[in-house]
Amino acid sequence: MPHTVENRINHDPPAEEAPRRSFLNWIWGGLGLAVLAEMVWLAGAFLRPRRRAVRGGGFGAVIDAGPVERFTRGSVTAFPRGRFYLARLEDGGFLALSRECTHLGCTVPWDEKEGVFRCPCHASVFDIRGDAIHAPATRALDLFQVDIENDTVRVDTGRRRRRSAFQASQAAYPART
Amino acid sequence: MTLRLRKYFLLHFRPKTVPESTLALTLSWGLGGLAAVLVLLQMGTGLLLKFAYEPTPQGAYASIQYLIADVPFGRLVRNLHHWGANLLVGVVVLHLLRVCFTGAFHAPRRLNWVIGLGLLTTVLLSNFTGYLLPWDQLAYWAVTVSTGMLEYIPGFGPVMQQWIRGGPEIGAMTLRLFFAVHTALVPLLFAVLMGFHFWRVRRAGGLVIPRKADEWRGDPESGEPAPGPARERVPAVPHLIVREAAMAAVGVAAVLLLAVAVDAPLEGPANPGLSPNPTKAPWYFAGFQELLLHVHPTVAVFIVPVMATLALAALPFWRYQADPGGIWFISRSGRRSALAAALSGALAAILWIAVDHGLASYSAATGRFSSVGLPLLLLAAFAAAGWGSFGKRGTGLNNEGVQVAFVFAAAGFAVMTVTGAVFRGEGMALGWPW
Ligand code: HEM
Ligand code: FES
Repeated sequence: MPHTVENRINHDPPAEEAPRRSFLNWIWGGLGLAVLAEMVWLAGAFLRPRRRAVRGGGFGAVIDAGPVERFTRGSVTAFPRGRFYLARLEDGGFLALSRECTHLGCTVPWDEKEGVFRCPCHASVFDIRGDAIHAPATRALDLFQVDIENDTVRVDTGRRRRRSAFQASQAAYPART
Repeated sequence: MTLRLRKYFLLHFRPKTVPESTLALTLSWGLGGLAAVLVLLQMGTGLLLKFAYEPTPQGAYASIQYLIADVPFGRLVRNLHHWGANLLVGVVVLHLLRVCFTGAFHAPRRLNWVIGLGLLTTVLLSNFTGYLLPWDQLAYWAVTVSTGMLEYIPGFGPVMQQWIRGGPEIGAMTLRLFFAVHTALVPLLFAVLMGFHFWRVRRAGGLVIPRKADEWRGDPESGEPAPGPARERVPAVPHLIVREAAMAAVGVAAVLLLAVAVDAPLEGPANPGLSPNPTKAPWYFAGFQELLLHVHPTVAVFIVPVMATLALAALPFWRYQADPGGIWFISRSGRRSALAAALSGALAAILWIAVDHGLASYSAATGRFSSVGLPLLLLAAFAAAGWGSFGKRGTGLNNEGVQVAFVFAAAGFAVMTVTGAVFRGEGMALGWPW
């Protein structure tokens, strides 16, 4: 008997029932919102990015690059496992440059002949210190922490530093030059 | 039984009768129906692919190789899915253009325009997420670059990037997320939005009634189409259905032909240590990639897309002086101004690309000018020229002004798309494709 049900709902409710009903509607609305918020939170929890555990010797660990004298001045050596280039500047300083282009993340190869990093994706160019010398990249290549102990170069690939441009203080030098 | 099926299922989203004049091919070009057929085809081939595909970085590439080499018709099904996806982008964009240029976005179709934009977004989302799945070089680097863009969105960009990648870099989590979005969320969005879309077409009484440009003069006030034969309704079965079936056959034939003739690409397995040269975006994002080569990333990645999206969404909500719905390009003068705008937009884009190409390699300072000052100057010059000739004639409706702006931008973007897709080679240098 849908007819009578409808009648009961639609036929003028007693005056004092109106506020009670709107109050109940508020509760329903509030509960609905709470459910929605919960759903959003739940989806968020499922989607949350995770950190991966660092495996020994690979990216994220401290990498033993070798003795200082192995790297001639003005040279760039690739460490694929550590995802960086070890650059030795003309003055003897060391920089561990991330191989990721700061524009959009392509891997930049070292162009030995011209002495620059040249990104294959949108043609950014970086010099041996990592400075962006051709757009579209707007900042220098990221750095990893370099420590030189007992004439051995170590690179901590878990410690990455963003920078806008090269500064002298960023290079690491062996104890005696 | 078949009658019931027809009545309650096939015709669920269609009216019983449609205005006869809207059946003309020169109104809709069957593009919406074609898009719908392609979406269904994608669901079919996608389901098959899903049976054979393994969504892990270790297994994905091998599962595709196996599919191509050893599964009966595996290569064909993959090709169908690939070409269907590409055609879908093209067809949906053409459908958007036809809706725009027949003025089919005025009330009561305003909401449906916005739903349509949702569908366009879904099409692009499905292409974007599907691109990663083969886990080859193409996939890996395209997604590296495109998720790299998020970093330039001010504020929440870097966080968004972490979420979309499922961690600091592209890996198993990224693939899992993309697979889930591609095979669960996208089909759901299509089902919901398409149902909504078709229902709105029905609610509007069918498609916009086509009119000749001259009919416009008749009743500029109300914008009412001429009464009479144009509105006469005919039953949807068979009149609409046979046309839809014909269009579906054409669509399926086109995809089949492409799939048989041209294999979907599969490069070497993903290698995070080596970006291929060049690393190019798929053609439908090539205009965007071209933009990235010319301007600061924040402009290309954030400012321009946000403005373009807002402008597209706002299109039906301007205060227009008239509702010229059903007339291609508003009026005779609208056709002339649209043509002029298309040529100007293309010319502006070509000028900009060429001059920036020269200035950017000259010095950093001239490069900065050509990536910011020059496009603004070009825009101002063309806007002034347009305003001058538009104002002089003094007859234009503001509908025409909006159309001119839209056509100008669309033509410019089209030129950038062609440049990025065809004329960019190794190291992203400009050059001939042969
Ligand atoms: C997967 C994507 C899409 C599908 C499957 C689809 C499907 C359809 C179909 C079947 C029609 C009926 C007539 C026709 O063929 O033109 C239609 C009409 C329409 N579509 Fe779409 N569409 C899609 C995307 C879009 C987009 C991107 C827009 C614009 C932003 C849009 C806006 C409209 C409007 C406003 C109408 C009504 C046109 C009129 O009344 O004349 N649609 N669509
Ligand atoms: S990613 Fe290197 S230039 Fe774009």
